[in-house]
Parts: sequence; structure tokens; C-alpha cells
Amino acid sequence: MILPGFPDAAPLAGLGGGVLIGLAAALMLLGAGRIAGVSGIAARAFGLAESSMPRAGTWAFLIGLPLGALFVASLIGAAVPSFAGPVTLAIAGVIVGIGTRLGSGCTSGHGVCGMSRLSQRSLVATATFMVTGFATVAAMNALGIAVLP
Amino acid sequence: MIRDTLVPLLAGTIFGAGLMLGGMTDPARVRGFLDLFGAWDPTLAFVMGGAVLVMALAWLLQNRMQRPVFATSFALPDRSDITAKLVGGSALFGIGWGIAGLCPGPGFAALAIEPLSAAIFVAAMLAGMMLVRLVEGQG
Repeated sequence: MILPGFPDAAPLAGLGGGVLIGLAAALMLLGAGRIAGVSGIAARAFGLAESSMPRAGTWAFLIGLPLGALFVASLIGAAVPSFAGPVTLAIAGVIVGIGTRLGSGCTSGHGVCGMSRLSQRSLVATATFMVTGFATVAAMNALGIAVLP
Repeated sequence: MIRDTLVPLLAGTIFGAGLMLGGMTDPARVRGFLDLFGAWDPTLAFVMGGAVLVMALAWLLQNRMQRPVFATSFALPDRSDITAKLVGGSALFGIGWGIAGLCPGPGFAALAIEPLSAAIFVAAMLAGMMLVRLVEGQG
């Protein structure tokens, strides 16, 4: 399916992926009674945050992420996407790490789990990181900074 | 032990599959979505929409449940205060997300498709988290 005006968009794959993400977060909530927030789970797994979630569970969740990606990659046989260079990845990673701890969450915890619950904090957090994300890409494009080959 | 790990493992696997299928592990796709004033790619709006819709139904179910199916009680965030830390941290996160087109979940998921790049991002992210912990004096 092609979205009129956006020939490069993949709305059906996007929607399918989103439904899977929603089902995974629903399983965590209704099965384990917890929020599927990846930054918080990662911090807990590596001993960088306190939480009542069992450490083994955080590791199980994190190990599942590449397993699921691998499964889909082998099914659809998609080409490996391009990533930014090591220095850019390191800078971005540090900023994401600091930001998600200070902001108590990322795209999954605030964006998916919190927004769907109409949490005030998550609505504010998501609006904020969307706006700075838009601004960052716009600024980099205006300055002619290309990070992807 | 099995109960504590099996549900998160299954959830993580489905989550990772969704990230991959939806294009979240493709930095060009993510940065295309964030390029609102350029060649905007709306795909991620469908990812977010699908995920939020399913999760909204899950919250409706959760409201009617005494306890989770495989655990004794719900452990959910209950804060509602909007703080400078929340806004400032989220602002920083968005900047980092925009720079490389990766957020935490896809960083881990991409370990399966581009291990070296993903490992650099994940290690740097954990270093950033460690820095916050050191500065906040809880380490």
C-alpha cells in the first residue's frame, strides 16, 4: 500500500509493527503488571536504577528485543539499514542515556505506555521529545550535517 | 523464576519484532519521520498509532483486573507532577534521538542486525545513564 503523497512511507508495515509493540506492552502490563519502558528496564538490568522488577526479568526482556528483530529480519529479508558513524552514535547514545534517566522514560514508556494511559507526565514528555527531535533534524539539515551514508 | 522471566522474554521478543517490522530500527526511517519540515516520512505515526491504540485497550482491561495474570500485584508509575527534570530530560532525549535516529528499544533490537553500531549506541547510552546516577549520588 502506498500513501498518497508519501511514496517512501510504509503505513501497513508501520501499523503492523505498532500493533505488535502494543501487544508486547499489553502482555507486560496484564501479565507481569509492569510498564514496558525500555530505558527504565535497561537501567534496572545494569544496576543503574532501583525498581521492584526482578533483574532476571529485565534481562529476559532485553534479550528478547534483538531476538524478535532477528526473527522479523529473517522472515522479510530486509536489507540492513545504514547507521550513523561511531562518533555520532556515541554522542547520541550518551545524550539519550542522560535524557531518558532525567526524563524518566523514552518512546516506549512515555510514548506508548504513558500516552495510552493519558498520563500527564507522559503527554508532556512525549510532546517535548518530539519537538526537540523535529528541531534537531531540522537544525542538522539546515547546517548541512549528514550523519547517515 | 520461570514466571518472572518467561513473560518479559516473550514481551521483549514481540516488542523487538514490532520495532523491526515498523521501521524503528532503521535510522533513516526514524530521521525521515523527524524531518517534519523536509521530506517527511509519516510511517512512524502509524507505528505509534497502532501501539497506543492496542495499549489503550489494555489499560481498559487493566482497570477491571485485581492483579496481573502472572504476578501478585501491579507495579505502575503513579506520579503526576510536571517537573523541570522531566521536561529537560525529555528535551535532551529528543535531541539524541534526532542525531542518530535511534532510541533505547531499537538500540537493543538492532544488536541483531548491525551489532557493532548498535553496541556502540547502547554502551554510550548506559554510560549516560551511569553519569546521571553518579551526579545524583545514588551510585
